[in-house]
Amino acid sequence: MAEAAIAGPAPRTAPQSLWVVPPLLVLAVLFLYPLALIARASLGEEAPSFAAFEQVLKSGQFIDGLYHTVVIAISATAGCLVLGFILALVIAFVPFPGARLASRLIDTVIALPTFLVTLAFTFIYGSAGIINETLMHVLGLELPPINFLYSQWGVILAEVTVYTPFVMRPLLATFSLIDQAQIEVASSLGARPARIVRRIILPAALPALVAGGSLCLLLTVNEFGIVLFIGAKDVITLPLLIYSKAIQEFDYTTACVIAVVNVVLSLGLYTLYRIVVAHFGGKSAGVV
Amino acid sequence: MAEATVMERMPASSKPVVASASAAAASGSRIGFEDVSVTYGSLTVLHSFTLTVNPGEIVALIGPSGSGKTTALRAVAGFVKPSSGRILIGDRDVTYLAPYDRKIGMVVQNYALFPHMRVDENVAFGLRAHGAAEDVIRKRVPECLAMVGMAAYGKRYPRELSGGQQQRVAIARALAPRPQVLLLDEPLSALDAQIRRSMLDELAKLHRDLPNLTVLYVTHDQTEALTLANHIGIMRDGRLQAFGGAQSLFRHPPNRFAAEFLGRANLLPASDLQPGEGDRAHVRFGGTVLSARNHHRLPKGSDCLVCVRPHDFRFTRTATEPNSIGGTVVSVQWQGDVHNITFEAGGQTVRMTSTPMASPPAIGEAIAVHFDPDEVTLVPEDARHG
Repeated sequence: MAEAAIAGPAPRTAPQSLWVVPPLLVLAVLFLYPLALIARASLGEEAPSFAAFEQVLKSGQFIDGLYHTVVIAISATAGCLVLGFILALVIAFVPFPGARLASRLIDTVIALPTFLVTLAFTFIYGSAGIINETLMHVLGLELPPINFLYSQWGVILAEVTVYTPFVMRPLLATFSLIDQAQIEVASSLGARPARIVRRIILPAALPALVAGGSLCLLLTVNEFGIVLFIGAKDVITLPLLIYSKAIQEFDYTTACVIAVVNVVLSLGLYTLYRIVVAHFGGKSAGVV
Repeated sequence: MAEATVMERMPASSKPVVASASAAAASGSRIGFEDVSVTYGSLTVLHSFTLTVNPGEIVALIGPSGSGKTTALRAVAGFVKPSSGRILIGDRDVTYLAPYDRKIGMVVQNYALFPHMRVDENVAFGLRAHGAAEDVIRKRVPECLAMVGMAAYGKRYPRELSGGQQQRVAIARALAPRPQVLLLDEPLSALDAQIRRSMLDELAKLHRDLPNLTVLYVTHDQTEALTLANHIGIMRDGRLQAFGGAQSLFRHPPNRFAAEFLGRANLLPASDLQPGEGDRAHVRFGGTVLSARNHHRLPKGSDCLVCVRPHDFRFTRTATEPNSIGGTVVSVQWQGDVHNITFEAGGQTVRMTSTPMASPPAIGEAIAVHFDPDEVTLVPEDARHG
């Protein structure tokens, strides 16, 4: 037995650091090389220069796209956080039949493609959707009375619907770890439900809110399908602008410049997300 | 109406619980259960529970797991809604009142301190919830922390404290808003034996410092109940099996379950009860006639149990004393400050505890033990569960 144990570990044939090569290779081929191509293309076709950058960044189209991207992403994320927190709170702390089923349904929504919700929205709130058809019929109107879907608000609403589960999932996981006795003791000390939410549940949920919110922000900044599917007039975001420049106008340089800005924006948000998560996971460990 | 049965069986000294504590009724509030039942679906976990904790009293509810003791406490706290009956705090019917309106303090087994708040913020939580002014909070928080010996720990976080320290903070937090009643739900169960003993002393001291505080104390530990409580309720299967003064209940348990649960007891099956002088009676155990107190006034000729605590036996080698039982030693254990001896007598396994013996009996040796009839009580067989 002792001999077997000694003979156990196989002799190393290659340095252990070589294991880093395959993932690096995959990363280089699938991500870094295309990214480098985009970065190179953004600097012009001939001698590299920032002329295209200067031109694109000053253009009204880009500024408008950036504005819409940021406003939609921040609004949708805020909506996701508020709605996600309230829904998760209800599912986790208000006893009602079907709470477990509701929790399972959230996973299902995460698994659905984003355009499906947009399509459903068109059927419900669209010009020829159920609500408008009914209102026109009942009120004898000639034009659909509800038009928000084809505006910035329609995009925000669709993104809130699609991405709220991404906030709820970590929140529900956190809520399941909160000691019920803490809530009961707080209540016995005279705290009403609103105070318990504010002083006990919210601080415990903060890391989950930050993580879920950051993820939402990343996803909504880069959201393409929903914006395209809604087809809201005058609502052009950066991903949609890239698509429009590259596919419809064949202006690859402009598309690549905007893509580089979009990548920088995403990586900046991701870095922020990592910093925040590290803050809660490190210095304030034990908060939840 | 289990209570009626229990009250009828109760020894005279323990019956007037309401009357006995009336002198202590200064500013504390009584806790009253009036015929309270709690049902989950078809399962009844508390059956017609009636009990009064008078102002300034500590009443301990003890019983095995699932006996309903925690349910009763949670009903007072408002976390369990009774299916029938009333719960009173002072003169207020709080049966359907929200927990935050009940003016109670509560301490639970796992402390349940708020982890993201410092110790002083934890203690201030209840005061802030009640809308206390900042100057009151600044004065009261150090007072309460000092009361539990934690004055130096106000700026620490709960995770930086030991289990015993956390429980002290939990007690200070519960007392800070000056509640009418304090509910303690197995508060020492999570602590190791040594800290539990010192916390027990401190709880007793705390109640001496706050004599008007009414306390309902739920535990499965009889030592905690006997040390702290004025009165003890013994529960089983959602029913109150026995209720009385701590000493009285220990000396004169009203039934088999109470005798076995509150301290170890030898319950020797006896027959043909014959009245003797005073409240004494004579019964037949095997071939021997034994004398004991007929505290519960069991009828002549009845069968009963002779309840002898292990430390009530006196050891002799031969049966020369009255009230003697002869037997054969089965085991002898020395535990430092005591000798535990188990012997067979009259077909029963009997345990006795003695101060350390210079020459303890050997296994298989014939011995005799006797007891003082005034220290031993006759107990009726438990009609329902016996």
